[in-house]
Amino acid sequence: MKGRDENMQEVILEARHVNKAFHDPVTVQVLRDITFTINKGEFVSVIGKSGCGKSTLLYILSTMDTDYTGELYIDNELMSGRPDPELARIRNEKIGFVFQFHYLLNEFTVLRNVMLPGLKLGRYSEQEVEHRAMERLKMLGIDQLAKQSAYRISGGEKQRVAIARALINDPHIIMGDEPTGNLDKRNSDIVFNIFKELTEEHNQTLLIVTHDPEFAENTHRIIEMEDGRIIRS
Amino acid sequence: MNFRLIFSIAKSLLLARWRQTLVAAVGVTFSIAMFVTLLGFMNGLNDMLDSLILNRTPHVRLYNEIKPSENQPVNEVDQYKNSYNFISSVKAGITRQEIYNSGPILQTVKADERVLGATPKLLAQVFYNEGTIDITGVINGIDVEEESRLFNFQEYVTSGDAIDAKNVANSIILGKGLAEILVADIGDVVQVTTAQGERFPLKVVGYFQSGIQEIDKVQSYASIATTQKLLGKPANYMTDIQVKLHDLEQAPVVAREYAQLFKVDAEDIQTANAQFETGSNVRSLISYAVGVTLLIVAGFGIFNILNMMIYEKMDSIAILKATGFSGRDVNLVFLVIAMSIGFFGGMMGLLFGFIFSAIIDSIPFNTSALPTIETYPVNYDLIYYFIGGSFSLITTYFAGFFPARKASKVDPVEIIRGK
Repeated sequence: MKGRDENMQEVILEARHVNKAFHDPVTVQVLRDITFTINKGEFVSVIGKSGCGKSTLLYILSTMDTDYTGELYIDNELMSGRPDPELARIRNEKIGFVFQFHYLLNEFTVLRNVMLPGLKLGRYSEQEVEHRAMERLKMLGIDQLAKQSAYRISGGEKQRVAIARALINDPHIIMGDEPTGNLDKRNSDIVFNIFKELTEEHNQTLLIVTHDPEFAENTHRIIEMEDGRIIRS
Repeated sequence: MNFRLIFSIAKSLLLARWRQTLVAAVGVTFSIAMFVTLLGFMNGLNDMLDSLILNRTPHVRLYNEIKPSENQPVNEVDQYKNSYNFISSVKAGITRQEIYNSGPILQTVKADERVLGATPKLLAQVFYNEGTIDITGVINGIDVEEESRLFNFQEYVTSGDAIDAKNVANSIILGKGLAEILVADIGDVVQVTTAQGERFPLKVVGYFQSGIQEIDKVQSYASIATTQKLLGKPANYMTDIQVKLHDLEQAPVVAREYAQLFKVDAEDIQTANAQFETGSNVRSLISYAVGVTLLIVAGFGIFNILNMMIYEKMDSIAILKATGFSGRDVNLVFLVIAMSIGFFGGMMGLLFGFIFSAIIDSIPFNTSALPTIETYPVNYDLIYYFIGGSFSLITTYFAGFFPARKASKVDPVEIIRGK
C-alpha cells in the first residue's frame, strides 16, 4: 500500500456533469449535472430521501450502468463509452462492492466466494489467492467460516464475507449500496466499524450510499442529494 | 481467459442443481442410445437382407443373351449403309448360350487384379420325375469349392455337405422346397430328364435353402462336371462366368470393359439388383430421421432446463458481473454447462446404445427362411457412434446458445436494484 501522506490528495474518482433520465413510461430526469471528486483514503457517505437518485448515481459510478451523459473518471482514466468487457475488467480490478442484500453465490463455500474475483483477475496463483482470501477473512474475524457453504451463515456474517470479497483485489475504491440497510443494530455496528478500520488503518477509499443518518454522521464526508442534485458535498 | 475458473463455476452450478442436470443428461443419454441402437439394428437388418441376395450374386456376370443381332446384314452392305432401313419380323438367330473361348476368358479374368475370383456356371433346364408328374426346374452346375469361397455356397446347404456334390459322382443338392415336393431324403436317387430328352439318375447328397422359397422350389445344384455330363457337353462348356470383385462399386466399369473385350453380355450387380439398394437407402433415411428427431427433442429439454436455471441464477449472474465477470465469461459458463450435459449424456448414451445393441444381438431369431441367422442382426459400425457423439455435442451447443446469450445480457443493475 502506498504511503498515506503523499496520496491524500490523489483523486480516485471524478464525475463531471453526469446526467441521467429514464424514458419509460415518461421521461424523468433522475440525475442533474452531478459533479464531484473523491480523494484517496476518503470515507464518503451519500444520503438523501428515497428516489433522490443516490443509488442510480452509485451504479453509474460503479460502471455497471452505462446509460448516462457526462464523464466519469476512475483512477484518472475516462470510463464513459468503454465496451463491456473492458468495464468488467476495471470493476474486477479497481472496484469492490458491498450490496444491501448479501449476494453471495450459494453454490460455493465462503472461501471460494471471496476468492472468485481474485481468480478472475488472475494476478496471483490459486494458492496465493486462497492465502489472501484467508488473510481478509481473518482480518474481519470470520476465518472460522471459510469452509462453510455460503447459504448456511447468518446475515451479518454474509455481509462481512461480502466485504472480504470486495477487498480481495486491493481495489481503489469500495462502493456500498446500503450495506447495513438489512442488518440489525449490532451487525450494523460491526460492519460500520470494519469500514472505519479499513479507511483509518488501510487508507481504503469508501463510497457508501445509506439512509441511516447515524451511519453517515460518523463518516468523513457526507454528500447529500435531493431531486437528482447534490445539495451538500 | 481463465478457462479453469469458467469450468469450475460451471461445475458448481451444475452440481448445485444435480437433479435437473441429471434429467437433462438422461434425455440426451436416452436419445443417443436410441439413435445408436436404432441405426445399428436397422443397418444390421439391411446388411442381412442385402447379403441374402448380394453375397450370392456375382458382381459381374458374363453370359450370352438370346437376342436378335443388332447388326442386320442389310445395314452392313455399302449400298444401303447410309439409308434408313425398315426390317420387319426380326428374330433371334441361332445363338448358342455357351460362352465362346471360355477357358482363356476365365484365365484373363482371374489374372485381373481388381478381381477377387471367377467361377464358371452352367445352367441346365430339367424335369424332375416324380412318378407320373414332371416338375420343371434348373440345375446349376458349379465349381463347388470356388462357389463356396466366393459366394458362401456351403452356408446355404442346410443338411449334408456341400463338397459331396463334387466328391460323390452323379450327385445333386436339392432345394429344400423341391426336396419336400419330391419326398427325397438324403441318399435317395431322383430321376431327371433334360430338355434333350435324356433321362438321368442323380443321388441326393444335401439340401439347399436360400431363404427365398420360390428359388428353393426350382433350383438345385450339382458339380459342373455332372451337369456337363447331363447335357452331353464337353468339359469347357459353360453358360456363365461369375466374377467377384474386391470393390463392389467398380462392377459397372468392369462389366462394360469385359463386354467390349470378350464380346459377351456382361451384367453388373447394381443393374441386376437396383431395388435392394433403394430399399436399404430408404430404411437408413428413416432411421436417421427418427434418431435426429429424438436428439432435437432432447435438445429442447436442455434448452428448457437451462432457461429455468438462468431465471433461478439471476442473482448469481448479477453478482458475477458486478465483481468483474464480463458478458462473455457468463456466456461461456452457460455454454460449458450445456456442452457438459451433452458430453456426459452423450458418452453414457453411446455406452447404453452399445449395451442395447448387444442385447438385441443376443436375442434368438430363428426363421426357416434364413438358415444362416441365429440372432437378430446388428451392425456395430463405429460411424454411428461417431455421428451420435458429434450430434449430442452439436444439439446441446445450440440448445445452450440462446439461454447463454440471454444470461450474458442480464443487466446486473436491474437485478441488484430490483430486489
